[in-house]
Amino acid sequence: MIPLSWFLALSAILFVLGLAAFFVKRDLITMFLAVEVMLNAANLAFLTFAKKHELLAGQVIVFFIITVAAAEAAIGLAIILLVFRQRKSIKAEGADLMKG
Amino acid sequence: MAVALFLVLAIIIIGSVLGMILSRNPAISALWLVLAFAALGGLFGLLDAPFIAAVQIIIYAGAIMVLFIFVIMMIPRGEAFPPDKRKITLFLSILLAAVLAAEMFVSLWAVLRGDKTAGPSGLGSTLGLGRMLFRDFLYPFEITSLLIIAALVGSIVLSKKRGKE
Amino acid sequence: MSEMTGTFWLIPLIPAVSFLILLVFGRKLPKTWISVQACLAVLASFVLSLVSFLGLLKVPHSNLPLVKTLFSWISAGRFSADLSFHFDPLTAVMALVVTGVGFLIHLYSVGYMARDRSYARYFALLNLFTFAMLLLVMASNMLLLFVGWEGVGLCSYLLIGFWFEKPSAAAAGQKAFIVNRIGDAGFLLGILFLFFFVGSTEFRAIDQAVLGGNVSQGAATLVCLLLFIGACGKSAQIPLYVWLPDAMEGPTPVSALIHAATMVTAGVYMVSRLNLLYSLSPAALQVVAAVGAATAVYAASMALVQNDIKRILAYSTISQLGFMFIGCGVGAYAAGMFHLTTHAFFKSLLFLAAGSVLHALSGEQDIRKMGGLRRHLPLTYTTFLIGAIAIAGVPFFSGFFSKDAILSRAFAGGHTAVWLAGLLAAVMTAFYMFRLVLLTFHGRERLDLEARKHLHESPPVMTIPLVLLALFSVGAGYIGLPAVLGRDLDRFFRFLEPVIPLGPEGVLSPGTEWSLILASVAAALAGIVAALLFYGRRPAIPGWLVHRFPGLYKLVLNKYYVDEFYGAAIVNPLIRGSEAVYQHFDLKVIDGAVNGAGRLAALAGRALNTLQSGRLKDYALGLLAGLIIILGALLL
Repeated sequence: MIPLSWFLALSAILFVLGLAAFFVKRDLITMFLAVEVMLNAANLAFLTFAKKHELLAGQVIVFFIITVAAAEAAIGLAIILLVFRQRKSIKAEGADLMKG
Repeated sequence: MAVALFLVLAIIIIGSVLGMILSRNPAISALWLVLAFAALGGLFGLLDAPFIAAVQIIIYAGAIMVLFIFVIMMIPRGEAFPPDKRKITLFLSILLAAVLAAEMFVSLWAVLRGDKTAGPSGLGSTLGLGRMLFRDFLYPFEITSLLIIAALVGSIVLSKKRGKE
Repeated sequence: MSEMTGTFWLIPLIPAVSFLILLVFGRKLPKTWISVQACLAVLASFVLSLVSFLGLLKVPHSNLPLVKTLFSWISAGRFSADLSFHFDPLTAVMALVVTGVGFLIHLYSVGYMARDRSYARYFALLNLFTFAMLLLVMASNMLLLFVGWEGVGLCSYLLIGFWFEKPSAAAAGQKAFIVNRIGDAGFLLGILFLFFFVGSTEFRAIDQAVLGGNVSQGAATLVCLLLFIGACGKSAQIPLYVWLPDAMEGPTPVSALIHAATMVTAGVYMVSRLNLLYSLSPAALQVVAAVGAATAVYAASMALVQNDIKRILAYSTISQLGFMFIGCGVGAYAAGMFHLTTHAFFKSLLFLAAGSVLHALSGEQDIRKMGGLRRHLPLTYTTFLIGAIAIAGVPFFSGFFSKDAILSRAFAGGHTAVWLAGLLAAVMTAFYMFRLVLLTFHGRERLDLEARKHLHESPPVMTIPLVLLALFSVGAGYIGLPAVLGRDLDRFFRFLEPVIPLGPEGVLSPGTEWSLILASVAAALAGIVAALLFYGRRPAIPGWLVHRFPGLYKLVLNKYYVDEFYGAAIVNPLIRGSEAVYQHFDLKVIDGAVNGAGRLAALAGRALNTLQSGRLKDYALGLLAGLIIILGALLL
């Protein structure tokens, strides 16, 4: 009933929005949120193709993506906390110690 | 009927993400995103993936975003964070993002024009998924659980306050 | 036979070993050791040369030359050259002269250089020179000969500039080396063409090719002329003679050994060695004879007016070398070699005696400040006089026989102009030599106070070589007597026959030969009498002549301004040209390119550095851009 290409269009839009958000925002947490958006866009695409080819493996992948994203969020947030403790701020600009 | 549902959900999702972008308050942004993920879960259901939809709502919207909100609350707000003042990066990123969007549309549309449609066909049943998970994808499954333990231990170690020893 | 001649290849190596020892340990060895070692090395070579020479007399002609290959040196495609020595009559003559005269000069040097700071360096270089010269004469191919050729050139440079703290000495050494180099360019081209035409640089192969008619006249002319350019450089003929007078900056024994007896004769040796090739090309021989004749007269003219005792002898050497080339040029190569041998004796004698005079006068070289020295230096005077008589060509002394051999064969071959030039040069030779004798040893004493202080005869270690050389200057002529005195008295020429065939020279009637002999004697006497007149009886004459012809006198005294001409025409333009090239090309282009490459790398580095800002967003931007590009590529 619903053309699958619409789902993909939505996935593309979501991905680009997340990308734009990543570049626009200045604090680490919000940038991280944008990354989560991008991940979800990818999940949508995976599921669409799973439906197209009638392959269950697509959904299994999504399952794993969600799991790993959870683990990643935990660690990432812990790191952000450390950065905050170190620099008393979570601005992304100043964090350029890896310069050169 | 399904089309209407899709359109509604789609609008909610895009609107929430926009709300997340435009909001100045990180907590508000996170809440917007909770809405977005929940709606996305609904969309997953339309794609004949009920189990995944449930997992999305429980884990993503329910656990990950909650984690985010916890951390956001732990960090004092400090000064306001206006969006990036440096015009060039802003301009460039918007431009490139648009280009990327265009590229993606071009490729994806051509591939799936007028193709199959979504509709329930018993594809993503829990039973089927479970079978697949515990048979063909057993190793990744177990390793993922190790990964979760690592993340657990890691985040505890990392966020432990110094000076307690 | 083989026991006597089997060891000839050791002859060059003994001095080489001595050189190495002196090179490494020289500064730590006591003077006595150095003297003994250096002299014994050359003496050993002389003894070996003598032994090999005697053994050679018994070897049948068909077995010559004896060759000993030490190892294969170059082997590249069609070209190969070995490190191999050969020994035949021509080499034997040269080896005996080099080691014999060399030994006497080594001995003399022990006394002359006794108080010099760099004693070890001096003897090391003398030994090295002996090795290189022997390498030159014993090489069995042109390439190895060239190695020896360059080696003696190097030693000449090092020994001329032995007292290198003196700027004039350093400059003289440089001049010698560079002028030699110009000749060597021609020489090397000659070797290359020789290989091109013959296919090998071995002397045996060359001779066989010539005898077999495989070398065209044009080819022979080209090769011979190119090689002769090298000979002009090494043997100080026109136009490359300018280095020899300046070479007198070196120690006097060096002048005696290198610039009288041995190195400068290498050109004559080379031409004689390749006599079969040269005989193929009458044009080349004409050039050789003409250059030799011109040089003989030209150099003698400059010797007439010089006031430095060593310079007079230097110009004399140039002139006598011209004589030797006259001999080669008219086809009488053996006569040239004969004169080479006798000249080695009396010229080195003259130089060593002059050294004795310098030694006595604490370094004074200007003959206008000498005079009456025969009373104080009797032995030196006697030996010097003998040398002068020999070079003047007075009968019964060696110089007469060798000069006559050359001149009579020149006349017999029909080269009358050359004969006349030679005769003129002979007159001048006798004149300037006796002018030298009279001004130095006779007459009023015009010495400086400084010079008078240490006036003494030289020690035996210096006078014994003088005596020995004097004896040879008298007796060496008797090995090559002219035909009129007897059929079989020309032993020297017959000894050299396997290498230098006794050609069908014009046979002269006894009457003509006696007339020629008389002409030579008359020339010698004319010169001597004139000198006695100008500097003995009527001392006013020279002054009057200078007064009458001031321009001519100035011209000759300043060596015809040739050095100035070379400087202006060649040296200065080259220097300025090189300066210009250096400024505009070397500094700007080459240095610019190299430095520019460095700066470019640094610039690129700094440019790329900006990419690593450490900022998250910039990296993400890079990722995005890459992603777009890849997607774009896939889409297309």
